[in-house]
Amino acid sequence: MKLVYFAWIREKIGAAEEQISPPAEVKTVRDLMTWLSARGPGHAAAFADAKRVRCALDREFVTWDAGLEGATEVAFFPPVTGG
Amino acid sequence: MMRRLLVQAADFDPGAELASLGQPGVGGIASFIGIVRDTPDQARRLVALTLEHYPGMTETEIERIMAKAEARWALTRCTVIHRFGRLRPGERIVFVGAASPHRTAALQAVAYLIDWLKTSAPFWKMEAFDTGEREWVAARAVDAAAAARWD
Repeated sequence: MKLVYFAWIREKIGAAEEQISPPAEVKTVRDLMTWLSARGPGHAAAFADAKRVRCALDREFVTWDAGLEGATEVAFFPPVTGG
Repeated sequence: MMRRLLVQAADFDPGAELASLGQPGVGGIASFIGIVRDTPDQARRLVALTLEHYPGMTETEIERIMAKAEARWALTRCTVIHRFGRLRPGERIVFVGAASPHRTAALQAVAYLIDWLKTSAPFWKMEAFDTGEREWVAARAVDAAAAARWD
């Protein structure tokens, strides 16, 4: 599974993307955020305030309850500020 | 309905974009141009605004917003150009234009498009100041409320 990060989440993690193979018990976006938080201080800082984190699965906005099954690209980013 | 969408680092020519919206059957063209605003903060000046986006998803999301506008109003043409990269105060960020047989449709469609661009197109803005400080711009509740009023 490919993870991509944007804005301050990318900066806190220190990478724009990474390849991961989470264990089977990681079933939802929320599970993945919890699992990623244990990978290091950068990840922990990025996901410390979950209310400020948004997610897309294969380039579609989803909520934290969304299932990861079948997803190939998971993106984490702050609320958008375009326009 | 002719749809024109560009996500690019380069600037655009507003006059040329407006001209391209003016085709036979058009009764009115409405547009919005977003500009990098200098901060009202007297203690520090904005040096640059850097826009990051999610290539691929950005285009998909904006297409979705444009399709919704087309479904809602009788538009003959619709244009969205959104820049990314490092921009200086006074530079253009975004162009939204809509043409329709009637003014109300064009004006409302442009307001709808920019309201939704702000809340659902995956862009993020980072401000750099003359003090050396840099800050990611936080999403504003007022923008979410502006988009929600169209529901």
